[in-house]
Amino acid sequence: MKQESGTTEAMLIARILAGEKELFHDLIRPYERRVYLTLFSMVKNETEAEDAAQETVISAYRHLASFRGDAKFSTWLTTIAINEGRKRLRKAKGAAEESIEEQAEGYEGDFTPAPLTDWREIPLEALERKELREALRTAVAELPDIYRQVFTLRDLQELNVEETAEALGINPGAVKVRLHRARMMLQKRLVPFLKSTARASRAFFGRAL
Amino acid sequence: MKMDCKHVWEYISEYIDDSVDAKLREDIERHLEHCEICSAILDSTRNILILTADNLTFELPVGYSERLHARLALELERA
Repeated sequence: MKQESGTTEAMLIARILAGEKELFHDLIRPYERRVYLTLFSMVKNETEAEDAAQETVISAYRHLASFRGDAKFSTWLTTIAINEGRKRLRKAKGAAEESIEEQAEGYEGDFTPAPLTDWREIPLEALERKELREALRTAVAELPDIYRQVFTLRDLQELNVEETAEALGINPGAVKVRLHRARMMLQKRLVPFLKSTARASRAFFGRAL
Repeated sequence: MKMDCKHVWEYISEYIDDSVDAKLREDIERHLEHCEICSAILDSTRNILILTADNLTFELPVGYSERLHARLALELERA
């Protein structure tokens, strides 16, 4: 499936560059969600993320001729989005954000998961609860920037390790380390919540052990 | 090799991504068979990832797509 979308995409790009510019709408449609969420994970504000998403798409259109087929279009587009996000963060916070990459591996924290003993699996009913989604959104928003970015690209947008590394300009090893830490921080953060929902729904469905 | 819990935790993320080698996978699975704590950690982490990838968890603003394409249409006319 990926192969197929790759060739269709290459054809679309060729046609756009040859003058059928209206096709650019179709080219970006599969990635609208990804562009927005990438930017939202950075600027953490809906209006700003939407504005930045528009800028990203316009910029991708203007620079389409410089896209080389050796990268995937989706990764290229994500890179543009990340650059747009970084530009806005710099503007908003001044030079403080420049050192964002250096704070990376020096981050001291506890990246062990939280143990749970009273349930095996969260019932689907619990996963569908609005409160759990809300708790997850909050927990993701509160991850340190470098972890949130990797987590967003890998687990929300389902880029692979190499694509994530390429989009962020870091090595694949760092992607794996940061992803692991992000996941463990989220697990720890959400455990109290998972426990209570699991217990509640267990009682509700009469599935007490 | 017998793994302890802490050792398993270090590899949970890579285990979920199926990027551990066959030997390590086997060791982890042997540990999970008898360790309720690690099994629960694994399940909860997996469930968090399922929830993360669900489109309902991270939603787009209403009208986002329409506004994006309207803006793009203006740009295409200009160029």
